[in-house]
Amino acid sequence: MNTNQIISEVFYSIIGIIFILVGLKALRDTALKTRITTAAFWFILAFTFIAGPHLPYWITGVCILVIAALTALKRVEQSKSDVPSPEVTRKNADKLGYKVFIPALAIAFAAVLAATFLPFGANNAIGISAVVGLILALIVIKAPPKSAVTDGARLMDNVGSVGILPQLLAALGALFTAAGVGDVISSGVSVLIPEGSRLIAVIIYCLGMALFTIIMGNGFAAFSVITVGIGLPFLISQGANPVVVGALGLTAGYCGTLCTPMAANFNIMPSALLETNDKYIIIKSQLPVAAVMMVAHILLMYFLAF
Amino acid sequence: MELLKLIGVVIVLIGFVLKRDTIATVVVAGVVTGFVAGMTPMEILETLGKSFITQRTATLFVLTLPVIGICERYGLKDKAVDLIRKAKAATTGRVISIYLVIRAIASAMSLRLGGHPQFVRPLINPMAQAAAVAKYGKLTEKTEDKIKGYSSASENFGNFFAQNCFMGSSGTLLIVSTLVEQGQNVDALQIAKMSVPVAVIAVVVGIIHNLLLDRKLSGQYAAKQEVK
Repeated sequence: MNTNQIISEVFYSIIGIIFILVGLKALRDTALKTRITTAAFWFILAFTFIAGPHLPYWITGVCILVIAALTALKRVEQSKSDVPSPEVTRKNADKLGYKVFIPALAIAFAAVLAATFLPFGANNAIGISAVVGLILALIVIKAPPKSAVTDGARLMDNVGSVGILPQLLAALGALFTAAGVGDVISSGVSVLIPEGSRLIAVIIYCLGMALFTIIMGNGFAAFSVITVGIGLPFLISQGANPVVVGALGLTAGYCGTLCTPMAANFNIMPSALLETNDKYIIIKSQLPVAAVMMVAHILLMYFLAF
Repeated sequence: MELLKLIGVVIVLIGFVLKRDTIATVVVAGVVTGFVAGMTPMEILETLGKSFITQRTATLFVLTLPVIGICERYGLKDKAVDLIRKAKAATTGRVISIYLVIRAIASAMSLRLGGHPQFVRPLINPMAQAAAVAKYGKLTEKTEDKIKGYSSASENFGNFFAQNCFMGSSGTLLIVSTLVEQGQNVDALQIAKMSVPVAVIAVVVGIIHNLLLDRKLSGQYAAKQEVK
């Protein structure tokens, strides 16, 4: 392992510790009927984050099956949290003033600076910025360190089990690719594209990216399947510029991301985080823009690629 | 029976349409696809486990939750409302649009931080809500939801469509590695440059969308006041 990987593992272990804290919070909530299984969910997840990379991969595979069984049986629920009342936050706000913004804004700036000037990579920059933010929270806000534990576990529990969905979707994409789902699609699509029709090929590729992303919730997984299944045989082999096809292909998939509950971390998890009444309100707000962007992608690819 | 390989896609579709547990749906779809493709149980577990471990990056947002949680306890939302009350000129659509521009620029600079917990919940949504409250008084729950939706949407617009402008972004590197693997000679700088037009178009379309929200709100609440 190189230095950056070691740093990454430290941050993933910290994430694991946060999961453990959520699990402990559930264990202590004696009123919660599912407290044992809820705690098990978070502890197993923590185990994969901390020990997973050092063990044979099939062990993490087994953990994923157990986690899925627990959520399938509805044995994972939110436990009781120490939620600050509006009176408390208002009182704190009046006492502290605008200084309360400093740690939050510092995360953003520290991440840019760390990603730009430190040689640890963009992923580690996120972790570094979180550490900077936490130190500032302790110094500027003078929050007790205990607060990091209670409030961190509270927000994580608020996000809930759906927080690991993107990671699982990536694993699903890997299985789809290994199974050759792309080949099946390419042989099916060849019926739809008339010989030499560039515009129809562009439309089918862009819509295919969006559609597959909508189904899988993951533009990355869709890209490897649809580009190999449609983009190469029907566009690039017909003389389309691969740079244009590749760059626009992935963002065409993102038009689909805007439309799908499968992209839970962008469309569903935030509505839980924002406590909306309508859990699909984000997707509804995004649909018109997604449609306009899809048309823009088709036109750009058609005129720039050939 | 080549078509059988698409069974995973079908399972995902059915699982979501019937609102089954999302995590279980995805895992079942993956396992069944593996079996249909003739993988052994061990190969399926290995593939699942390996990509789950390498994709832990998707869960990095968790690291920022303690700081956000503390800031919320100590009145971040309350001060955001205080702040926007001072800026009387700002409208909901303009607040969200300003954020869209900032988010797109940050995203193009490789800043992918999970902006919903970091910015939208503690900062942008309270500001956008407060702008509407300052203008129209008490809002209906439906309007509150709508503003939450638009705030989160602009986060996604800026994040998705601008992120590939950065050479080292994972999306850009995915495009490069996929195409190089297929014998195409492309590099990250080319892909990053070619991603700029879409980023600019997304910001413009998003701003228009947000300003239309302002018009909708003023129409809706002006009509209500006349009824009174």
